Amino acid sequence: MKKRVPLLITFITGFIIIVSFFVPHRPFGQLETETLIWYAIIFAFTLVIGVDSLVRLHIKHIRKRKKGWWYSIVFFAGFFYCLTIGIISLIQTPNIFQPGTVFFYGYETILIPLQATMFALLAFFVASASYRAFRARNIEATLLLIAAVIVMIGRVPAGYKLWPRLPVIANWIFDVLQIGAMRGILIGVALGAVAMSLRLILGIERTYLS
Amino acid sequence: MIFLLILSFTISAKDTPDDAGGSITINVYNIPEGTEQIELYRLTKGDTLFEEVGLIPIFKGELDDATVMDGVLYLYKATALTPDTVYVAEIKEFASSSPEWFNKSRTSVLLFIALFWVVILVYIQLAKKNPEGLFIRKLPPLEAMDEAVGRATEMGKPVLYVPGIEYITDAGTLASITILAKVGRKVAEYETRIINPHFDPIVMTTAQETLKNAFSEAGRPDAFNKDDVFYLTSEQFGFAAGVDGIMLRERPGAIFLQGYFYAESLILAETGYSIGAIQIAGTNATTQLPFFVAACDYVLLGEEMFAASAYISKEPRLLGSIKGSDLAKSVLLVLIGVGVIFGTFAAIKNVAGNPVYMEIFDRILEFLARTAE
Repeated sequence: MKKRVPLLITFITGFIIIVSFFVPHRPFGQLETETLIWYAIIFAFTLVIGVDSLVRLHIKHIRKRKKGWWYSIVFFAGFFYCLTIGIISLIQTPNIFQPGTVFFYGYETILIPLQATMFALLAFFVASASYRAFRARNIEATLLLIAAVIVMIGRVPAGYKLWPRLPVIANWIFDVLQIGAMRGILIGVALGAVAMSLRLILGIERTYLS
Repeated sequence: MIFLLILSFTISAKDTPDDAGGSITINVYNIPEGTEQIELYRLTKGDTLFEEVGLIPIFKGELDDATVMDGVLYLYKATALTPDTVYVAEIKEFASSSPEWFNKSRTSVLLFIALFWVVILVYIQLAKKNPEGLFIRKLPPLEAMDEAVGRATEMGKPVLYVPGIEYITDAGTLASITILAKVGRKVAEYETRIINPHFDPIVMTTAQETLKNAFSEAGRPDAFNKDDVFYLTSEQFGFAAGVDGIMLRERPGAIFLQGYFYAESLILAETGYSIGAIQIAGTNATTQLPFFVAACDYVLLGEEMFAASAYISKEPRLLGSIKGSDLAKSVLLVLIGVGVIFGTFAAIKNVAGNPVYMEIFDRILEFLARTAE
């Protein structure tokens, strides 16, 4: 029973979604959108579960004085700050992301710069990863190195100045070789996903039920 | 201003095809030169006055009037405004909208999926009859999982498992949960610790149950620590920062990055590399694969992730579905090959006056003809 009911729900939901993809007539056509709305509502509730998990974890960290427990204090400071300015902004206007609200000010001046900083780190990580990937250890790595050098030089004005055909070759590598390989993987991913969907709908794949 | 009824400027109105109703498509033809804007008006049957619907984009010459009611009859009129003239076009008959029972534009998708599913179901039946006759090639990343968990145990370090930043609706996340079950069993057997941070609370609850079950199956239900499976944040770079922090503080011996990732993939993989952990990645995000290949020890490439459950369980029905999907892929490969040949042929034929290409192509055809004889 514990497994049969979820399997039945999966089968019915999966079948209805497939039907709704091919049948635009009401009520089928709207079912996908409806399900997504339900998902959004459920997601809002599960956020409470997420916050509960996070708060419990950090309370434990502080209580047990675990390694790095002071980070948990930083977490609570940020958590209560967001909660407070969120409530204040909600009193001001229903849309707290509207420019001029306290929440938006905090979002714009704290969260966005923090996210941008993390994103900017990517530049350094790309450099270190490329360095390792482009080391000519074998034939494949050497080919990768040659292709990468052509693409990199061919994509900057200096490449054209060096040899006008270089950007053409770089574009060919990008548009033919790269896209071809990428599409090959994409077809595999798509077929794999369709096969997995069938396994889920028919109840052959049950790992997600635990 | 002069109002003219020019025959060449015409419009047509028909029920929008393959939709759920409530929409009529209006097309305009022979738009007069110098037209600045085309206004559309509508008259509901029984009314006496036209009401304005909106502007028809000139570059497209088409507008879907999605404000109509099914079964109600409408008459349309369009005016094309040029700097000195107003051209008017009107349809002769009333139009109405209705919902369709089948989206004809998706017939090919339906046929392909039906065929694909039949092939998979046939292979599942064959696999059930003869489970020994199924071979699946070795997947080094899945083989290396035991080694990675073992290494972390020997070093006295935990295992970190990141299931990506997509929701439970993503096929990659579901595949990741399958792999988590295998890793969880091994972690329980080796009596080591697994840290499992999450981006989505629904995935978190699923992972908690999966790991709890995996520990029970391994005979170590007491070793499962629910607090090690936790929610971090639903902000992409906040999550990346959080996981990076865990990596640097806890220094896991093995890191599993399995699921759908975006730009944070390299941030995570490079931090993992910097702490010397053995890293096994897997993603169905094709754009992130190169980053994982560059920074991780083993990578499950795209569809290999979806084959993981069959590979791990060796269950005949699952293996059969993999075989079926491989056959479908082979058929697609042949079709693509045929398409490439025809495409090349068409391209060469179009490049008239290129004797080198034509000669090569004629020789190939000659060779094929001789072989066929």
